[in-house]
Amino acid sequence: MKNTIAERIQDFLKNYPPFNLLNKEDLFSICEQVQVIYLEKGKFIFTQTEATHNMFYITNKGAIKLTQIENEKTNIMDMCDEGDIFGLRALILKQHYYMNAEANEETIVYGIPADIFEPFVEKNKNIKNYLITSFASNVKDPSIVEEKGNTSSYIKKESNNDLFNLQNAKYTKSPITCDLTTTAKNIATTMRDAKIGAMVVVENKKPVGIITNKDLRDKIATGDFSLECPAKKIMTSPATTLPKHITIPEAHVSMLKNDTSHICITKDGTPNSKLIGILSIHDLVVSLGNNPSVLIKETKRAKKSKQLRSIRKKIDLLLKQYLEQELPFAHILNIISELNSAIVTRSIELCLKKMDTPPPVKFAWMALGSQGRREQLLLSDQDNALIFEDVEETKFEETQSYFLTLSDKVVKYLNTIGFEYCPADMMASNPKWCTSLNNWKKQFDEWIFNPNSSGILLSSIFFDYEYAYGEKKLTNELTEHLLNSINQNNRFLTLLAKDIIEKPSPIGFFRQFIVEQDGEHKDFFNIKIRALMPLIDAARVLCLSLNIKNANNTLLRYRKLAELEPQNEDLYQSCERAFRTLLKFKTEQGILHNTTGKLIELESLSKAEKLKLKRAFKPIKEIQELLIHRFALKQIL
Amino acid sequence: MSNLFSNLFNKDYPEYWNIYCALFKSKKKQTIKETRFVVFDTETTGFDYKNDRMLCIGATVVCDDRIMVNDGFEVYLKQDVFNPNTVRIHGILKNEKLTTFEESEALLKFIEYIKNSVLVAHHAGFDINMVNTALKRHGLQKLKNKVLDTGILFKRSKHIVNIIDPKKNYSLDEICQELKISVKDRHTAAGDAFITAIAFLKIMSKLNKDGNMSFKDLFINPMNY
Repeated sequence: MKNTIAERIQDFLKNYPPFNLLNKEDLFSICEQVQVIYLEKGKFIFTQTEATHNMFYITNKGAIKLTQIENEKTNIMDMCDEGDIFGLRALILKQHYYMNAEANEETIVYGIPADIFEPFVEKNKNIKNYLITSFASNVKDPSIVEEKGNTSSYIKKESNNDLFNLQNAKYTKSPITCDLTTTAKNIATTMRDAKIGAMVVVENKKPVGIITNKDLRDKIATGDFSLECPAKKIMTSPATTLPKHITIPEAHVSMLKNDTSHICITKDGTPNSKLIGILSIHDLVVSLGNNPSVLIKETKRAKKSKQLRSIRKKIDLLLKQYLEQELPFAHILNIISELNSAIVTRSIELCLKKMDTPPPVKFAWMALGSQGRREQLLLSDQDNALIFEDVEETKFEETQSYFLTLSDKVVKYLNTIGFEYCPADMMASNPKWCTSLNNWKKQFDEWIFNPNSSGILLSSIFFDYEYAYGEKKLTNELTEHLLNSINQNNRFLTLLAKDIIEKPSPIGFFRQFIVEQDGEHKDFFNIKIRALMPLIDAARVLCLSLNIKNANNTLLRYRKLAELEPQNEDLYQSCERAFRTLLKFKTEQGILHNTTGKLIELESLSKAEKLKLKRAFKPIKEIQELLIHRFALKQIL
Repeated sequence: MSNLFSNLFNKDYPEYWNIYCALFKSKKKQTIKETRFVVFDTETTGFDYKNDRMLCIGATVVCDDRIMVNDGFEVYLKQDVFNPNTVRIHGILKNEKLTTFEESEALLKFIEYIKNSVLVAHHAGFDINMVNTALKRHGLQKLKNKVLDTGILFKRSKHIVNIIDPKKNYSLDEICQELKISVKDRHTAAGDAFITAIAFLKIMSKLNKDGNMSFKDLFINPMNY
């Protein structure tokens, strides 16, 4: 029978992972089973601690806000836009929900029944992989890790440095076991003391069953069985078993299939051979999270620029992989910035070793601009600066020359690794940007008290500095001074705000993209200048005006602003979302065309992509209006 | 005796019709949450009940505040009377490669599908009349189901001061515009039924904000639109 409605649902789902990994017929058979749910703003689709629905969800229109209530405080964990999936983790883990899913606006979601979808997970390797990563991404939800405790630290793990292939699952060797007669009480005590979530019941070294937290909950805590009841009566039997060389996706699918969170590893993979280990779903999550930590370790041990260069390339691969796997973008940003700053730190350490003498005074290396904001995903130029402690005037030249030599080495070193030189020479090797704390204070005061157009331009780079290496006190003191000076001269912020609203809007009168009019990039859309910068700049100026310290990252800035000004919470949240969408878009374009991604060829975009961009532009106008109002810009325009 | 009586009484009706009628004997109290709403639409060759025919019936089920895509209905009818003027509008070509059914078969399938559910349609009167006329052609009675009209429900969901002309009839397109429902491939029966179902969900969430609405309240027509 023809099914127009299912076809329409297919038209939507086919654009989004993991559904885009399915063939047409399979996808259609899923679409025939979808449930369409409409939610008014503020309505919940599920709530924290609610039992798992037998389906997961994808946002069709609108947005779903995932929140978590902790100590009576509501934390926003994620925002699920058009095409985003949610409610999957609880389904995979067979646990109750950890978050509330609330309609952030009028929203339509599609419910995908789990039993319809599951067979395809088994059939399709790509879907398996996708689910596991999207599931791993939920680990940003720290409650999972906390609750499960540190199951693995007391037992040594097999190490595996094979980074980008299908990894073997790292199971826990020689697990704690009990026999058929051990009492429930003893089992629970051992599990508590060892901080483990499951115990294997063995007979003649072979696993005959398993007792998990769930068994204790369902059978003992309910009063159905007594505390003195032997393992034999309460265990889940037979236990699921697998051989030891098992890949993560295989292990995961086996867990899904057998509805279990723990798998016994035996010599031949059947329950009839010796037990050699146990693999929990938590182990799977941890092993997926291992990739960046392996890279960090390698970075810390690196001795040559060549090694760092190769790590840098792996980071790019990792970034690409993460984007393909649709990990939450804030999560990607964190990991990649962390890795990048580890490389910078290591470079400085190595260069310091090459100096003939140790530094004469304390110093701090600062990252500026997008690096300072920790928003640099693709390699772009290096922007950096150096502060050193104040010295007597007679010693100034000597001290500065030492640090210039150091900076010169570092800048060259970073260039070898792959961070290009800054064409505007905003680098620590420039004597202007490698100077004493006092001179830095003077420099900032100059910008703040005598603002001119070049000062305004530079402030957008220099005001986003972040401590990268050395003595943190120096950057802290500079921040204090800077905020003080700003408080004394509000005109500076007004001018900053004015500069922002004068930036051209991304969308023209006819809802068309405004493209570059001439030059080499004629007809390209500059996503950085027209869309990202207004959001970045607005966040900065608002945070400066509210004296918000230690928030140098645009996402963090909007989050802090939302906290401080609940009346504008909606706007700040939509700015945060828009920024994430736009930066992700820029990064994906950059990877696709092997550029920085800031110039976008409109013709290469699909209609859906253009719409997505346009939607992200909406808050730009709104935040600009807020600035006009806040800084009374109407009068000076 | 009773057997004889009922045989006599139902003599002219096919088996499926008797089963259908029997469903309405239950007097069980209904709640909105449990009710199966069949949201449907018919595409026709025109607006003349007597001479025009249904081209297609499309429907979907709303139950527990959601659209159940797996409980859908989409049947195309064989055409004896063919009106080329409607092809352009409806896109259902006379001989398109679709399985088509005789009117009598289509009615049987539809009756078996709707059971005793509440029928929902936009400007329901037209669609119900179209089906009833067809039923009559085949010697059957009118539909027995309760009927809701999204046009009327929509007016009920608007605040009274916002209604400028209470006699105004809102088209499906106008309702979609007000409710911000994107209209894609309008004018296929199933497509329209789906859009109507979304409109129905949206209207219901406005009418039944606190969740206290009773099944009976659904059928009130306070302003006599």
